[in-house]
Amino acid sequence: MSSRDAILQKVKAAQPSLLPLPSIEKQPREVDAVKQFQAVLESIGGKVVFLNAEESIAEKTVALFPEAKRIVSSITAVQNYFFSDYKSLRHHSLQDVDVAIIEAQFGVAENGAVWVTEEDLKIRVLPFICEHLVAVVDSTTIVATLHEAYERIGASAYGFGAFIAGPSKTADIEQSLVLGAHGPKSMTVFLLH
Amino acid sequence: MSNSNHHTDHATLAEKFNRDEARVNWHDETLWFIRQKRDRAAWSLGNEWEPLRETASAIKAHTLSNLSDYLQQFEKAAQQNGITVHWAADGEEHNRIVHGILAKHNATQLVKSKSMLTEECHLNDYLKEKGVEVIDTDLGERIVQLAEEHPSHIVLPCIHWKKEEIGELFHKHLGSPEGVIDPSFLTNTARVHLREKFLTRRVAITGVNFAIAETGEFVVCTNEGNADMGAHLSDVHIACMGIEKLIPKREHLGVFLRLLARSATGQPITTYSSHFKKPREGQEMHLVLVDNGRSTQLGREDFRNSLKCIRCGACFNTCPVYRRSGGHSYHTAIAGPIGSILAPNLDMRQYKDLPFASTLCGSCSNVCPVKINIHEQLYQWRQVLTEEGYQPKSKTVAMKAMAATLSKPSLFSIAGKWGRKVMGLVPGLVSNRLNPWYKQREMPAPPEQSFTEWYKQNRKGGKS
Ligand code: SF4
Repeated sequence: MSSRDAILQKVKAAQPSLLPLPSIEKQPREVDAVKQFQAVLESIGGKVVFLNAEESIAEKTVALFPEAKRIVSSITAVQNYFFSDYKSLRHHSLQDVDVAIIEAQFGVAENGAVWVTEEDLKIRVLPFICEHLVAVVDSTTIVATLHEAYERIGASAYGFGAFIAGPSKTADIEQSLVLGAHGPKSMTVFLLH
Repeated sequence: MSNSNHHTDHATLAEKFNRDEARVNWHDETLWFIRQKRDRAAWSLGNEWEPLRETASAIKAHTLSNLSDYLQQFEKAAQQNGITVHWAADGEEHNRIVHGILAKHNATQLVKSKSMLTEECHLNDYLKEKGVEVIDTDLGERIVQLAEEHPSHIVLPCIHWKKEEIGELFHKHLGSPEGVIDPSFLTNTARVHLREKFLTRRVAITGVNFAIAETGEFVVCTNEGNADMGAHLSDVHIACMGIEKLIPKREHLGVFLRLLARSATGQPITTYSSHFKKPREGQEMHLVLVDNGRSTQLGREDFRNSLKCIRCGACFNTCPVYRRSGGHSYHTAIAGPIGSILAPNLDMRQYKDLPFASTLCGSCSNVCPVKINIHEQLYQWRQVLTEEGYQPKSKTVAMKAMAATLSKPSLFSIAGKWGRKVMGLVPGLVSNRLNPWYKQREMPAPPEQSFTEWYKQNRKGGKS
């Protein structure tokens, strides 16, 4: 018998009789989602910048990172920096990207995370390999908790998706917090009004 | 390996750890600090927290009761997503499968993010023997790997290391300047060292935090971003998971991700919660499902619930014995209270001492996000081990008395009163060799009044 069948047989014999699957109870929250999102994201090392419709994402990025040599964006509308050659680009070549600008689908107030998928990123490794990350989020999309977040995601199809909450970090050396372990050293969310 | 402590028991190894008092105190206080961060994170959810734990526990109970179906549903969905699914009955088979994939690609090097399962299977040692170089990329894991050790904590692998020692280690292996001990400097040194590995290795191994039966996807949580760096830059991604990691639906992640990081480190969520559903275009993605004793544990009614564990480490951080004995004293990949329930399932003889490495105070059960009755299971293991004739000798006398008192509350309060009298008169008598908690520790002064007495007096006062 294959290991697969042997394991399944053993599991079947060992498992108890069927127990019920509980439903997820959500408690309504009376919070200002945008305010909470900002407060939580800042508490975990992220930054929030509010952007008006007429302000340019590209200009704002340059203003925030004047020393950046290589800025790359997966947002088609950010024309100067959009990597139109992403289909042929060797992903490893992104290793010297100073700032990556990506669009996220929505934010989560309770934990400061934003949700992105491969479709938004074009290249999966982009938000991880850059030195600094800028994520553009529409402020009206912010949901209260992860329960609402998964309601929003629903059964949507993606090859890869991620919640990203703040810069990469570690506290493995004597519990001292250091930002920028392997991924970005900073994360800035541009909240669009 | 310097800490393959297969022939010594917890008490002996704990004694070794306790020789360095300053370090033990630091270890103790640091873990308690993390426990407090966990408390604040839990309280921040107010009255949502307890129902959330209940729900998580019930989802896991349901999943375990239908595991064979969910495993098949998951396999089918994952295959449809383009993932190759493998099944391993034990650690040995898991290692063979992983090596087979490497051999197929002529790969002799790889990067690996944190996976307690591969620790449990001793994958690194196996691959090393086959001439494969494994680079652990989680900073804490890289540190213990350079030191030829194993992680001492499932979430904080090098919590037993001091920055001076890490500075020395990095100076020796990574060429950082001698005497530099600044954590951000050392982290940056590791970042540069490991980035080169991410960019040059073609195979990446990751662990799995949750796998979704409905969609065939799996979720990996890290703060450092090392799992993503490895996986997204690799030609071949191998994810390894125990069969108990399944949950039925994607929406259930809402429950578990709300609990995991808050329980582990007090963060509202880990920096990255990555959902891998399909391989990247041109990439090969493998998933290894490992049993290694889990189906046996599933059949042990008293210990079944231990399979609900989401490896948050909260029970470690709160445990008075873990905090003061260190992870290596448990001589098993998964230390702490939960490890002491999992290990005897695999080998009663080798791990007979672990269920006794507990005060049964119940703090672990109180913090566990999936409400595993950890301390009760530890007590139950003691009974099983005793029945099977595996009880460690040194604990027999004292522990029998302890077991007897703990099972009879009335005796417990009498023993307390008696204990206080004896200690008040002759403190040395309690600090004798029959008392396993005495070593390297001064017994605290007995309280004027025991909690039971205080409670009775106050309750009586309130009633009359
Ligand atoms: S037993 Fe509970 S508290 Fe301990 S690691 Fe597992 S989930 Fe966390």
